[in-house]
Amino acid sequence: MFKCIYNGEKEKAAGKNVFGATIKKMVHNDSKVVYMDADLMNSIGTFGLEKDYPDQIVEAGIQEANMVGVAAGMSAAGMKPIVHTFGSFAGRRVFDQAFMSVAYAKNNVVIVGSDSGINAAYNGGTHMPFEDICLYRAVPEATVIDVTDSAMLASILPELVENKGLTYVRICRKNCVAVYSEDSTFEQGKANVLRDGKDVAIFAAGYMVSEALKAAEELAKEGIDAAVIDMWCIKPLDEACVLEYAKKCGAVVTAENGNVVGGLGAAVSELLGENLPTPISMVGIRDRFGQVGTVDFLAETYGLTAAKVAEEAKKTIARK
Amino acid sequence: MQSQLKKFATEIRIAQMEEFKARGFGHIGGALSITDCLAALYGEIMKYDPKNPQWEDRDRLVMSKGHAGPALYATLALKGYFPMEMLKTLNQNGTHLPSHCDKNLTPGIDMTTGSLGQGASTAAGLALGLKAQKKDARVYLILGDGESQEGQVWEMALFAPQHKLNNFIAFLDNNKRQLDGYTADICNIEPIDEKFKAFGWYTLRIDGNDPDKIVEAVNDAKANQGDKPAMIILDTVKGAGVKAVEETKLNHHLNVTAEDADAYIAALKAELE
Repeated sequence: MFKCIYNGEKEKAAGKNVFGATIKKMVHNDSKVVYMDADLMNSIGTFGLEKDYPDQIVEAGIQEANMVGVAAGMSAAGMKPIVHTFGSFAGRRVFDQAFMSVAYAKNNVVIVGSDSGINAAYNGGTHMPFEDICLYRAVPEATVIDVTDSAMLASILPELVENKGLTYVRICRKNCVAVYSEDSTFEQGKANVLRDGKDVAIFAAGYMVSEALKAAEELAKEGIDAAVIDMWCIKPLDEACVLEYAKKCGAVVTAENGNVVGGLGAAVSELLGENLPTPISMVGIRDRFGQVGTVDFLAETYGLTAAKVAEEAKKTIARK
Repeated sequence: MQSQLKKFATEIRIAQMEEFKARGFGHIGGALSITDCLAALYGEIMKYDPKNPQWEDRDRLVMSKGHAGPALYATLALKGYFPMEMLKTLNQNGTHLPSHCDKNLTPGIDMTTGSLGQGASTAAGLALGLKAQKKDARVYLILGDGESQEGQVWEMALFAPQHKLNNFIAFLDNNKRQLDGYTADICNIEPIDEKFKAFGWYTLRIDGNDPDKIVEAVNDAKANQGDKPAMIILDTVKGAGVKAVEETKLNHHLNVTAEDADAYIAALKAELE
């Protein structure tokens, strides 16, 4: 069960600190769990764990492709590997290894990509993954997750290493806007209805969940009753929930911190197009490259804001 | 008089020719070149149980040059992992014996391979995972010479000595040819033994078409590798054991008529007598 505690404020703990603490708990509690990194442990809160858990914390060095292959082999040897690098490398750079050595071979590996979308900020376009969701959605049987906040991260991470096959998780290293209470639990494949509504359904993921909640508050002031649904598990998609809310509201907005090509917007559009054609608008990166800047600047530049979500909601309602 | 292992190698060659004959084509050159290594591994070196292919304490083999699957399938069938008759299903629709090795389809296959370079890393991962669990099992890896043009092989070549993978023995099937021609003309990998030595591997270089020498080399590696991974460069002939294939320059993937296959099989059978 989850509890939405959204009030617009940020979480106290940074994502990377929660990640580090969670990995520590996982390797401590289960000797089969093995964590691998490609020279980014000091950036993600896992630095130093290798001293206490030398057999379970593996620094690969700057060789992401080999890291993912080694993780696949460790799975075949009976371990439960979880690997981390920046999302740009966790997607593009290791894609063939993730596809063949992990997914196709039916090895069980969790691949964590940090600095989701515009959260890459000052690392710029080279490090700004807008395409990772699209890539991993195209892998049969893969699980694809865009983590909403650190409460969710701490809750789901220990469960993900029990998954079969390839699991891709994108996370934020910084302080997210708090959406969930710390004792919340989540069910993979189930979307979370954070706010019920009848005029428009906003399906959001990751960074855009809190923006969608903010947009719903603004829309309410104008008498528009918007539902907000957290689509944190992008694959498998909670199709029943999407169809239910599309039918109930008759207008749909998707909101994501990545390219709409192949992303959440595409997933929802594909489902509705085949089953329940509904007016839809996709808020997200409209097929562009990233660049350096503050998260606020990037959000404005690419239209990843509550104001944009509200604007698109009204346009979509008008198309009913 | 052939040694027992040489006889086994010839039997593997005969069985794989039956596979290629049934389908009419295949990756014949590189399957033949690695056959003597497979005879040594399954005839003497490796610890395994055909009745329990998933036995946790077994040694593992990763055929990273996954297109040599047919040679490995022939070996596994001869050792009783599945019926010999199944070999005729190579690459037939719905088969359990695909062109490239698939651990989810074929009993006895320890890792899925086919995208070159990737078996290097998964083999290292198996070795690391077995070590972490204090298992007394070894991991054997077979790389191709052309495959060693892949960057991933060299990422792994750095990784394995760093992590002291001394339960890990790799072979490099140096058959000198790849799909488009001679490796030396396309993207030379030599001196390949010196490269692995420089990367921190216990390295040997031997005649890779002599299974008895391969057994000796593995025993040498086990005794002397210390805390290093071992690399045994196998100098081989692509198409080894079947003269007509050896003499075909571009012999990576060949068509074979039933008549030709029968002639190759007859010649191989004569060697056994």
